[in-house]
Amino acid sequence: MSIGAGAGGGVVAGLAAPAATGVAAAPHVLAVDDSSVDRAVIAGILRSSRFRVTAVDSGKRALELLGSEPNVSMIITDYWMPEMTGYELLKKVKGSSKLKKIPVVIMSSENVPTRISRCLEEGAEDFLVKPVRPSDVSRLFSRVLP
Amino acid sequence: MKKSLFDQGYLDEQFCQVEDLQDEASPNFVEEVVTLFLKDSGRLMSNIEQALEKYPRDFNRWDAYMQQLKGSCCSIGASRMKNECMSFRDSCGQGNVEGCMRAFQKVKREHAVLRQKLESYFQLLRQAGATGAATRSIK
Repeated sequence: MSIGAGAGGGVVAGLAAPAATGVAAAPHVLAVDDSSVDRAVIAGILRSSRFRVTAVDSGKRALELLGSEPNVSMIITDYWMPEMTGYELLKKVKGSSKLKKIPVVIMSSENVPTRISRCLEEGAEDFLVKPVRPSDVSRLFSRVLP
Repeated sequence: MKKSLFDQGYLDEQFCQVEDLQDEASPNFVEEVVTLFLKDSGRLMSNIEQALEKYPRDFNRWDAYMQQLKGSCCSIGASRMKNECMSFRDSCGQGNVEGCMRAFQKVKREHAVLRQKLESYFQLLRQAGATGAATRSIK
């Protein structure tokens, strides 16, 4: 498996869901980050944790995918993105009757307490300060996706 | 060579975290991420250079661009380059144009040096891989 740019600046990585074997499919995580470097790293971390990953470069593309892909187990999104911030994406997800149950995690390179509280108040599951480590993901996902 | 990259402060522990993600399913992960970084950082530095010229004293804009570049540096463990990005942002915070210009020149220098060192590093890895494969085939 290699990293490559998919349609719409997205990266798709991860294991194919096993078919007809009785084994549950890997949870599908949607990663959102306008930085190609950070998308690759977070996709790599999620892949190594055995998640199925779709990585897109904007909130707009995230919402498009959420509209067509019903089985997203979690969204992990950067905070600062042009056009639609991770916070605005969070609000849209939590404001949608179809999407509001999907856990949303925010990532940011800046540790700003007011920003963190605002996201948590809006319903974010957690707020991770970049660079995100595999241990952050393990700890978080074992709590949110048992 | 890798040890010297760490000893001289070009890379930090975050690079090891990226390396740990490389496995049989993604055997070229590190080089792919570094390639993305070098391309992306080149683009961001070009944006900053244009902004320094087109938007004089627009410290908010300059800082926003540099924040993106600093973020990429952090993500792959490009420590020295990250530090120069932070100096630039400090100068933005102080409204210090000269400081920003000096810091940006340092960012560019660190980027050029890091690019050269990483390209050499991956060249060595490829040679070592080819030698190993040839040795195994001879045996």
